[in-house]
Amino acid sequence: MLNQYPAWKYLLVIVVLLVGVLYALPNLFGEDPALQVTSTRTAEVDLATQDKVQKLLTDAGIAYDSITLADARLLVRFSDTGAQMEAKDVVKKGLGRGHVVALNLAPRTPDWLVSLGAEPMYLGLDLRGGVHFLMEVDVDSAVRQAEERYIGDFRGLLRKNKVRYARVARYFNEDVDRDGLARSGVEIKFKSAEVRDEAEGLLDAEYPDLELRGDDRADGYYLLAGLDAKERREVRKLALKQNITTLRNRVNELGVSEPVIQQQGDSRIVVQLPGVQDTARAKEILGATATLEFRLADETHDVQEAVRGRVPPGLKLYPERDGGHVLLKNRVMLTGDYIIDASSGLDQQSGSPAVYITLDGKGASIFSKVTGENIKKLMGVVFIENKTETRMVDGKPVKTRRTVEEVINVARIQDQLSKRFQITGLDSTKEAHNLALLLRAGALAAPIEIIEERTIGPSLGQENIDQGFMSVIIGFVLVLAFMAIWYRGFGLVANLALALNLVVIVAVLSMLQATLTLPGIAGIVLTVGMAVDANVLIFERIREELRNGISPQTAISAGYEKAFSTIADANITTLIAAVILYGFGTGPIKGFAITLSIGIVTSMFTAIVGTRAVVNLMYGGRRVDKLSI
Amino acid sequence: MQLFKNATKFDFMGRRKPAIALSVVLLLISIGALVGKGLNFGLDFTGGTLIELGYSHAVDLKPVRETLESLGFAEAVVQHFGTASDILIRIAPDVDTSNAEISNIVMDALKASEPGEIQMRRVEFVGPQVGEELTNDGGLAMIYALICILVYVGFRFEYRLAVGSVMALVHDVVITLGVFALFQLDFDLTVLAAVLAVIGYSLNDTIVVFDRIRENFRKMRKGTSEEVINVSLNQTLTRTVMTSFTTLLVLIALFIFGGELIHGFATALIIGVVVGTYSSIYVASSSALMLGISKADLMPVVVEKEGEEIDDRP
Repeated sequence: MLNQYPAWKYLLVIVVLLVGVLYALPNLFGEDPALQVTSTRTAEVDLATQDKVQKLLTDAGIAYDSITLADARLLVRFSDTGAQMEAKDVVKKGLGRGHVVALNLAPRTPDWLVSLGAEPMYLGLDLRGGVHFLMEVDVDSAVRQAEERYIGDFRGLLRKNKVRYARVARYFNEDVDRDGLARSGVEIKFKSAEVRDEAEGLLDAEYPDLELRGDDRADGYYLLAGLDAKERREVRKLALKQNITTLRNRVNELGVSEPVIQQQGDSRIVVQLPGVQDTARAKEILGATATLEFRLADETHDVQEAVRGRVPPGLKLYPERDGGHVLLKNRVMLTGDYIIDASSGLDQQSGSPAVYITLDGKGASIFSKVTGENIKKLMGVVFIENKTETRMVDGKPVKTRRTVEEVINVARIQDQLSKRFQITGLDSTKEAHNLALLLRAGALAAPIEIIEERTIGPSLGQENIDQGFMSVIIGFVLVLAFMAIWYRGFGLVANLALALNLVVIVAVLSMLQATLTLPGIAGIVLTVGMAVDANVLIFERIREELRNGISPQTAISAGYEKAFSTIADANITTLIAAVILYGFGTGPIKGFAITLSIGIVTSMFTAIVGTRAVVNLMYGGRRVDKLSI
Repeated sequence: MQLFKNATKFDFMGRRKPAIALSVVLLLISIGALVGKGLNFGLDFTGGTLIELGYSHAVDLKPVRETLESLGFAEAVVQHFGTASDILIRIAPDVDTSNAEISNIVMDALKASEPGEIQMRRVEFVGPQVGEELTNDGGLAMIYALICILVYVGFRFEYRLAVGSVMALVHDVVITLGVFALFQLDFDLTVLAAVLAVIGYSLNDTIVVFDRIRENFRKMRKGTSEEVINVSLNQTLTRTVMTSFTTLLVLIALFIFGGELIHGFATALIIGVVVGTYSSIYVASSSALMLGISKADLMPVVVEKEGEEIDDRP
């Protein structure tokens, strides 16, 4: 019998329709302004936190709609943004550090949908507003650090075994792209080949993983030592990972809901902060690497003399915050590596901004020993900040790294310092806050630089949603009207399919939690225009068959059959273009490729199987004299 | 409703010479514009900083320029964007000032000089290395797309048709790019995406025509290649026009209501769809015809057993 579907095909269409509607549904409910409380490493979010937040809000007289605890995340919903903002200040102050309090827009999806795993589409930054950073990590500097660590080790080993060497230094050949000893490593110079060979044996036994090679030059016998290719890769990977962890901690401190921190390629990290407006602060916090060093200050030499260029041996001249200079000893008492916590506040006595520092056990014992030996002496705190910039020189990007070293505080050691102590001498409470934040989040393993930024303000984001939505609706209505006029009955069937297609696209996007961007919306609009193509092809075929005098039933069947391979070919080629676009594209462009690809696949289903099901129901198994086409 | 009451009998291939002339002229103008003027590459490719600001009132550009000049950004381009209270500032990458801090410096200075409120609407900073990569990747993506499609069409059809369809694609892409070069429209990432979509779309059209050509070559016992192609073009004409029309409908909706950010995208696709429709009728089929496509090329392939021949040899 012509034009009758087996029951399972009708069922399939109905199932797709139901599932589509179900999963597209969450997008209709909108969002509540909300406050999200999550924990950092030191604290936990539990029922006690919930009670505390509830009490804080009640005491402050702020009305909230609901408060829920799920997945170690506390979500408080409000009916307006005013209450939300107010609540943020109250909760943040009340909970103190250890908790991240972030503004959030919580979907108003009903519970029964959430339990089915149905969630609204994930909106890209160009639609919700926020900051996108692409950061380049200088992973090679991690290799450099690793190599530099060996210099001291080699010296120690050679001395211990009484092998005489002339010099140990790191070398780096910029022109060599290939990894290996030709590019960088540590070179040790010897007087004779015999000594060199002896040293090579020692090093080989002690560091079996290192790559070693002898090199005879005019000025002496060299031994080159470096990390092998595998080790280099490991070091780079580790540096990148550590940076990602550090960035995550810093982002936590910024208080952002749903941040994205992801590796991209071998040396890049993408950071997306939805809703963040103060990009200056975000950049400051994310981009800088900072650490502290504690050194004894010199009190015997003349600073003015040193400023003029005569720095006494064993000392180093540092600038001070206020423009002056100070001489510090070369030996470092303690580095920032031992810091495990830092917080800002006001100094009890002077009322000036201060940073409270906590050291780990090892750091505490080192520090108590050196400060105990040097009571009543002056100690300087050096703040070291690394910034990387790319400048264009002769049309080529050239990286420059600036290290800013400043003495932020010089004070007499009054007492033996240990696990907890404070630093003063900072300009403002904000600076104290930032320094504490940087120290707490840890120094970055390798310098990092922002190489791309895209920030969209909230007003523009909303505008983009409105305009995108508007163009989808208008494009959709225009096509619906046109199809109905042109193909009458069959046109209406095609319109049903088009509507179903739109629902299914939204459902698939929601299910995949793929990011919807403005170009993505454009992709949906384009799909709406192109999806009718399959139906146009089929309907024109049916008309053609009818013109050739074939009976309506046969014409329907022949139309669908003959148009199929054409539709498949045409769609597959567009799909190829979309897939390539996805592979190449970044952010918003990927969004376009995704919606276009999904649209192509779903439209094939709705336009062929979907319309056929309806047409078969209308005409199948009956005597038909005329088609409404 | 129907576009043509009866089956049409336009002699498309008979008029292919003037059509080719038109295409050649358009291509020459496009290539001339691309070479002479070049594409007006947007920030995505050149690198640099772009800042869109929303003032609470209509704003005069002169003081803004002066503020920028005092900061050392004398080369900055300042213009209204959409409305009189919105401005767009573009700062090209420069020897000294190519980092992510610029936007903050500019924002702070402008906020200080303006008594009313300024809203940050959009900031884009693209480092020089990223811009270079995007340019390379973009070009590569286009070439990959063309090659993959050539392979697919060659596999599904026949090499003459594959060449014909790729000729049509190149034709459409070059003219679309040419229009952007000629009028110096801003060429950014979304426009590149649109050009890639044009590749997909133009092909869509061409494939439909070729499918019919193949079918007719197999079905029609009489008729020259030219006649068969003509019949095929006429049979698919309504569909070609209809689909392009519905696509144009939504694109125009996107152009008018989609907002400033999507303008270039919609423009590129509108040009691409119009040119693509024309090229699927004229360029693709004419090319295949000129390459000497014939009935024999499209008959179902009979598998030859090469091994047997070799065995027969003495």
